[in-house]
Amino acid sequence: MKLLYFAWVRERVGKSEEEIDPPAGVATVGELIAWLARRGEEYAYAFENPKVIRAAIDRSHVRAEAKIAGAGEIAFFPPMTGG
Amino acid sequence: MAVTIRLQREAFDVAAEVAALTAGRADVGAVVTFTGVCRAEEGGEPIAALTLEHYPGMAEAEIARHVEEASVRWPLLGVTVIHRHGRLIPGEVIVLVATASSHRQAAFAAAEFLMDYLKTRAPFWKEVEKASGKTWVGAHRADDTAAERWSAPPPRHQAAK
Repeated sequence: MKLLYFAWVRERVGKSEEEIDPPAGVATVGELIAWLARRGEEYAYAFENPKVIRAAIDRSHVRAEAKIAGAGEIAFFPPMTGG
Repeated sequence: MAVTIRLQREAFDVAAEVAALTAGRADVGAVVTFTGVCRAEEGGEPIAALTLEHYPGMAEAEIARHVEEASVRWPLLGVTVIHRHGRLIPGEVIVLVATASSHRQAAFAAAEFLMDYLKTRAPFWKEVEKASGKTWVGAHRADDTAAERWSAPPPRHQAAK
């Protein structure tokens, strides 16, 4: 699946998108965040406070409990500050 | 309902957008516009510029969902939402929300509803340039509170029989 990162999550991870293939057992957005945080220092830094990370699956907001099976595109970003 | 949603880098003419919303319509009795402008300071410090990052595709979809929700709650005749992205300097327009209805109450309420949701649910992020460097603007608790008041069961309007 494709991951997208925005704003300071993008800056901390050091890339705006990537393809990943998470292991079986990573079933929810929250579990995906925990798995990503173990991938290296930059990910640990980006996801050090999972409570502030917002996520979207296929361009719709989702909560940490959302299942990732079948997702084409998952985005992670900080709380939004538009308007 | 006439709906215009645009995300763009370029500046735009607010008066022309409002005129387009009402052009040739005899049923519009009220237009409410909200214009968001780039301030020259953030957190008490002067800023040189503001850069807006967005999630292409999702930003349009999220705005469209909320425009649809507004049209279910209030009897609207037209909505225009234009949100800029990229680098803006103080004084430039960031966002325009314009709502048209037969009467003012629906236009006022829908404009406020749309802005509250744009602030907290539309995927845009502001980064400001200060003398001390670039920093991402943090989310404001007051904006969340403003958006949450709309989550009570909505007073859905009845379509005219």
